[in-house]
Amino acid sequence: MATTPNVIIDPMTRIEGHLRIQAYAEPDGQGGGVITKPGLSSSTMVRGVEAILLGRDPRDAWAFTQRICGVCTVVHGLTSVRAVENAIGIKVPKNADYIRNMMIGAQYVHDHVMHFYHLHALDWVDVVSALEASPAATASLARTNNPGHKPNQGRLPDTAYFQTLLTKLNGMVSRGQLGLFANGYWGHPAYQLSPEANLLLVSHYLEALGWAREVVKLHAVFGGKDPHPNLVVGGMPCTLSSNPGRISEDAGGTSLNTAGLAVIKTAIATMKSFVDQVYLPDVCLLASQYREWALIGATEGNFLCFGDFPDPALVRTEFKDGAIDYPAGYLIPPGVIWASDPTRLRPFDPSLVTENVAHAWYRGSTAGEHPSVGSTTLHYTGPKPDGASRYMLDESQRYSWIKSPRYDGEPMEVGPLAHILAMHARGTLPTDKLVRRAVQQYWTDPVTQDGLGLTVGQLNSTLGRIFCRMLETKIIADQMAVWYQHYYNHRSGAYWNPETFTRLTQPQQWPQSVGFGFTEAPRGALGHWVRLDRTSGLIANYQCVVASQWNAGPRDDQDTPGPYERALVGHRLVDVKQPLEVLRTIHSFDPCIGCAVHLIDPDGQPLMEVDINHAARVSLAPDARCATPSDVHPPGVGGVSDGASPT
Amino acid sequence: MTTGLHKPSAWAQEQARTDGEIMLDDATAKRLLELGISRRRFLSFCAGMASLMALPQAMVPQLAAAATARTRPSVVYLSFQECTGCLESMVNSFAFRGGTTLDNLILNLISLDYQETLMAAAGEQAEEQLRTVTQKSGYVLVVDGSIPAQWDNGYFISGERSGVARFRDAAKNARLILAVGTCASFGGLPKAAPNPTGAVSIQTLMRNLGISKPLINLSGCPPIPEVTTGVILYYLARGMPDLDDLRRPSMFYGETVHDECYREESYEDGPLARSFDDAAARRGGCLIKLGCKGPVTHNACATIKWNQGTSFPMMSGHGCIGCSEPDFWDRLDLNGQKGFYVPLANGEGEDEGEDEDEDEDEGESDERQEAKGEREADDHEQERDDDEHDD
Repeated sequence: MATTPNVIIDPMTRIEGHLRIQAYAEPDGQGGGVITKPGLSSSTMVRGVEAILLGRDPRDAWAFTQRICGVCTVVHGLTSVRAVENAIGIKVPKNADYIRNMMIGAQYVHDHVMHFYHLHALDWVDVVSALEASPAATASLARTNNPGHKPNQGRLPDTAYFQTLLTKLNGMVSRGQLGLFANGYWGHPAYQLSPEANLLLVSHYLEALGWAREVVKLHAVFGGKDPHPNLVVGGMPCTLSSNPGRISEDAGGTSLNTAGLAVIKTAIATMKSFVDQVYLPDVCLLASQYREWALIGATEGNFLCFGDFPDPALVRTEFKDGAIDYPAGYLIPPGVIWASDPTRLRPFDPSLVTENVAHAWYRGSTAGEHPSVGSTTLHYTGPKPDGASRYMLDESQRYSWIKSPRYDGEPMEVGPLAHILAMHARGTLPTDKLVRRAVQQYWTDPVTQDGLGLTVGQLNSTLGRIFCRMLETKIIADQMAVWYQHYYNHRSGAYWNPETFTRLTQPQQWPQSVGFGFTEAPRGALGHWVRLDRTSGLIANYQCVVASQWNAGPRDDQDTPGPYERALVGHRLVDVKQPLEVLRTIHSFDPCIGCAVHLIDPDGQPLMEVDINHAARVSLAPDARCATPSDVHPPGVGGVSDGASPT
Repeated sequence: MTTGLHKPSAWAQEQARTDGEIMLDDATAKRLLELGISRRRFLSFCAGMASLMALPQAMVPQLAAAATARTRPSVVYLSFQECTGCLESMVNSFAFRGGTTLDNLILNLISLDYQETLMAAAGEQAEEQLRTVTQKSGYVLVVDGSIPAQWDNGYFISGERSGVARFRDAAKNARLILAVGTCASFGGLPKAAPNPTGAVSIQTLMRNLGISKPLINLSGCPPIPEVTTGVILYYLARGMPDLDDLRRPSMFYGETVHDECYREESYEDGPLARSFDDAAARRGGCLIKLGCKGPVTHNACATIKWNQGTSFPMMSGHGCIGCSEPDFWDRLDLNGQKGFYVPLANGEGEDEGEDEDEDEDEGESDERQEAKGEREADDHEQERDDDEHDD
């Protein structure tokens, strides 16, 4: 440890899970400082989910992995069922694909909006400043910023609406019960919004809570509850009700009746209107006031996507059993972007994924090896807690429960920024063209034309992550209605492949014993590898390589820092005791630390040297995936449906 | 004590008939005005809650007063080995039914003074907040997640302190501890075999540490949000609710989900679903052959339902996985097999003469439940023994 860290955030709040950040800021003599070297990112909690999975029925794996994270509740479950389906060679009916798309899509929209308002906004919005706002001026701002948002019993929020909110906030202050807002960095000079903008965004913070509750009803209809909706290997457990009316003991039925379908349609409409009317303009408002945050928080510039949202519009083949093959493409393309050539999307090769435990608390080799070779067991070597020893983590030692995944030996950033850059680079699908158009309109156009006057390269920044998260939410929220229509048209078709459970008992029918499942989670590339025992049919090995693991992981055996650590370089702190600037950048990744912590394959079998059907899905159709659009001109029209153009 | 409350329509009926019939005291009425909450909607919320908890409607004003007290009860919410699903459930789903906003739990009913996923403060400022709020006594301590029993193995550290120390210090001045979710209540996923981190439930940890405080377990993965809200409200108005032998409130965990499930009819009369997508499944046939654990799982999913009454697992075609019961991840069913798709033992999974088996009356079901209760009690003893052994 060359210098003793003077910026320490533990617990890192407004994230999922348990994270400690350490950094050293060169003091400026006035209480502030500049971070000149990469920081340190440490996960301080472990459960060992993969070890728990060993020897279990592969049909059950989704329920275990789903509980890796209750925020990303759908994606781990879905990745798991895809991995088992891949291992045993089962295709799912197309209704299952449509429904799964809608469920992940709803997860994106729900997660991203809640991230912006409930986890990230308080880094930019000063709640105490909001108390100074003029209710009338706030109502006026609401009319111009969110003209279509009518939370006030169907009307625009007026002076009285904001007065009521102010009274409520003042009441909390006067009673000394600030609750969640207590002890924030209020009054910190880095807060730059007007009191009215602060009050407006606080009102949306509260409204978004009510909104979120409505949109997750989609998960409840298809999966029975949210969080942790039910899934099943081989398709979906839900099926169309024989009784379109109310369910009852006599009439029976299922949630997919007339009322259930109406709930889904309403949830989708509710998503779209909030994203269009509130989230998108609010991000633009915030970006216009915090434009300099596009100059900070960059990672190395290497980006990775596994790809997701098989696009029904691009179906080339329908298999006999009604499943779909997607040779043509995914809405979010699989691919890799290297810093050296940022406009080119290169093919993704799953065999180049490795994991490294040189700086993680696992017993085993410190060399950069194949993910499943070597290290096996939990082995804490960090400082004792509870004051038993001086508690400081050291980047030259092991310091996190997160392993460091690498692609072709390099740290990669995953997540919304990677998604948007990949779509931007591919440029072939209508949604890709929409991405290019929106990046131009909101980001690269000059300030005089209501853009931000920034470059595409500057998307690699704290502000760029916020912008890209919003933009992909917009694209997916629009896409939901398309997926719903596909599903609705086929709703009486199959939902589950009835061969699935039989196939599990017939190892001779399996194309391989290792399955690969992948998803683009809201926080980025997520892969599960499952190996089945050919004798017992039970899980012999399970491995997850998870989005936040890519971003939050520690240094590797070459001492190359992970993306969080790298992104802290260059931060100028007004006050090292109030590291608001560091919170902004770490939060811009949307940390999900429960997801990031995983065990390593206990018996050292490589999992990835396998012929993988799902991987074949990924690496198929290189033409569509390796598009090299050197010109990033906004296409005039992209064949995008009316509903899909940005507002 | 649960008679009448587990009917699916109870809440709706109460909502329909409570308007204007209940007298509120002046202070409560004034508070509602201040909070900008519609009196009618608020009363319907209280009446619905009373109905869910089998309280007489005469109790509604007491609930209403508790829910609108000027100084709201302080709640300190600590997370340990968890997935944030319990909080997500609480945040997403809580609302005054039919109300316009849901800031109510956070802004109106309680003062959520420490909750890492939502609070503005971070790092040292968060730690300072925790010290401040836990110095005063009388707060409700909500806990989600299990905790590694051994303090120095490094499997859980936050703010440079072990899970054991964080919990012990926060419990000191609490008046009530609510273990939210199956991980906190019974150990849950981290405690599933082989329990790689030595995780224990809050109850076990309290026993280890010699902490004697009122404890309520609200199990479920996650728990139903109305259960959490209802129990907090009940506690504020009336004190400790009746608990079962697993310290769960009987008002919500007194019946099995099977008993209240609309598919229960076909459990007896058929046809049973044999595949997720067959004609019986579409008709709403019982999912027992597909592994449903409803008959041995105590929870209110089939009555309160999920996400404002939108659905519940069996309504959406998947069997109950038993998530509100201790060690449900390791339950052994037919032929001693584990698994969510393995049918329960006691004959339901046999291929021959199965329909006749299922035609038997509820007596069998009750016996099964009793056997289950004994098994759970044994498990509980076992857990205690194991933990003592660990010590």
